Amino acid sequence: MSWFKKEKAPLAPIQHSRMPEGLWTKCKECSEILYTKEIVKNLNVCPKCNYHIGLSAVERAKSIFDDERFEEIETGLFSNDPLSFSDTKNYGDRLSRSKKSTGLDDAVLIARGCIDGIPVVLAAMEYGFIGGSMGVVVGEKITRAVELALEERVPLIIVSRSGGARMQEGAISLMQMAKISAALARLDDGKVPYISILTDPTTGGVTASFAMLGDVNIAEPKALIGFAGPRVIEQTIRQALPPGFQRSEYLLEHGMLDMIVERKDMRKTLGRMLRFFTQSVKPATGSGSSTETDSSTSRSRVQKEESVS
Amino acid sequence: MGMDILDFEAPLAALQKEIESLTGYPADAGKEREIARLSTKLDEMRREIYSKLTPWQTVQVARHSQRPYVLDFIEHLFTGFVEIQGDRRFGEDPAIVTGMAWFHDKPVAVIGHQKGRDTKQKIRRNFGMARPEGYRKALRVMRMADKFERPIFCFVDTPGAYPGIEAEERGQAEAIAVNIREMARIRVPIIVAVTGEGGSGGALAVAVGDEILIMEHSIYSVISPEGCAAILWKDAGRAEEAADGLKLTATDLLELGLVDRIVPEPVGGAHTAHRQTAQMLNKYLVEALERSERFSPEERVEARYQKFRRMGEVGLEVRNGS
Ligand SMILES: [Zn+2]
Repeated sequence: MSWFKKEKAPLAPIQHSRMPEGLWTKCKECSEILYTKEIVKNLNVCPKCNYHIGLSAVERAKSIFDDERFEEIETGLFSNDPLSFSDTKNYGDRLSRSKKSTGLDDAVLIARGCIDGIPVVLAAMEYGFIGGSMGVVVGEKITRAVELALEERVPLIIVSRSGGARMQEGAISLMQMAKISAALARLDDGKVPYISILTDPTTGGVTASFAMLGDVNIAEPKALIGFAGPRVIEQTIRQALPPGFQRSEYLLEHGMLDMIVERKDMRKTLGRMLRFFTQSVKPATGSGSSTETDSSTSRSRVQKEESVS
Repeated sequence: MGMDILDFEAPLAALQKEIESLTGYPADAGKEREIARLSTKLDEMRREIYSKLTPWQTVQVARHSQRPYVLDFIEHLFTGFVEIQGDRRFGEDPAIVTGMAWFHDKPVAVIGHQKGRDTKQKIRRNFGMARPEGYRKALRVMRMADKFERPIFCFVDTPGAYPGIEAEERGQAEAIAVNIREMARIRVPIIVAVTGEGGSGGALAVAVGDEILIMEHSIYSVISPEGCAAILWKDAGRAEEAADGLKLTATDLLELGLVDRIVPEPVGGAHTAHRQTAQMLNKYLVEALERSERFSPEERVEARYQKFRRMGEVGLEVRNGS
């Protein structure tokens, strides 16, 4: 409870930047060869076609929080390779390599910080860690984030970027969908807001659980979002998919998203929504009740209902 | 009924054929003795084979075309079934059957995947692969059961949610996600039985319950072995290896703490004897319901939460101070 009252901004963690490397970068969407510095300056958005290049979890957190400042929490959780899974590589080796390359424990970063002065709990998925896949660690960390948000009555934001459940942990991964969703049911009962941000790509068990369960579901432009992967669908129906299928714009048109927000507008949009959710409202005139004047704390916290203990 | 013969059942089929060839006219004492001897041998062989199925063989049994589906269980375990159809949003999805029924004279809701037996039915039921409408219908019925305080039985048997254009357009992911979340706060007992294939999110969307039973030769997996092999080895032909690695059998799942109880099947698999299978399942359903009914609604919802909250603990390593 005390953390968001701190005058000092939370500490930014170690830098594990995964911005495009090299002098030149090819846009995956329009194939344009671009000057990397130019892309970075443009928040990793292609200046030519507006494709939103994926951000690492840390870059995402920096892009969302005030002054790029946040505190990483819920660390020290690791997968012990419960199935002793091995395909072309040992799962254990995949885990070690991903830990090294991303600087994270697993495919999600949990952090707290402020947006527009309003404290939030953030879960940002790391695609560089085995395709952002969800195993027990992702499930546990996101569930803890949900539970923390509920306990402290602070809004929750989850940024999804994931191929879905992690095959290497079998049905354990599948059950994380239920674990997180059950926690979200409680958050919902507790009337604590949850904003889901879907980025390129968000598919499988992540879409079919927490990513679709926000009070508000936001997507970045042109993100691939779906349950089944496009190749699986193509193989099943044996025909080509319509243009733009499973992209943000397509989902918006089909009523599956609340809005598409460009990266440059994300913080501002989130700030406005968070105010909508958390702003204390004075009782209508004539109610005669004496109320405290709006303090920064009451403004920035979800109002606790008396019935909720 | 015409029975599909699985690869590993070939020795059984051969022996069966041998027995049948002896049963023809004229009968004599020598033949009778030989038939009796071979029949005993057949039973022993069947018991032997089914006592040590490999994961891949278990997948075959779980998918057997004669396996009992929800309508079979309704026939053998429930009375007075009244089917409820449609999601009241878009359509009716026959891949999931829902309705009211009586279980030992107690009014209950029944929900389950229906795969379809012959070609025509398979197409109508879409091979048990539900579209968003199926999941939304299931949730509608679960909410009705909650409202009228009727326990819910879910029979899970699906290759997975349907991967098609219109399913995606109408929010397959959202439908599954909402079911999973809402099942966590349904206040009446929810008893789940995985009776065949527990295919990923399409199974989980009707499988968040107080007790998760799984039949002996059923599977429950995050992805099909074929799908897993296609992704990891770029070769769907290596499904057998994937089936080993995914730990999708009943015993594996029990060990991992993801299911509560294994329901034994008749020797030779549920597909050989539907009525007997149902009878064996009956006892487990009765007991599971009894256990869940001992809770108050609040306790039940809390217990269900804690049950799923703990799932996967076995794979978690906590290292503090990092
Ligand atoms: Zn571009």
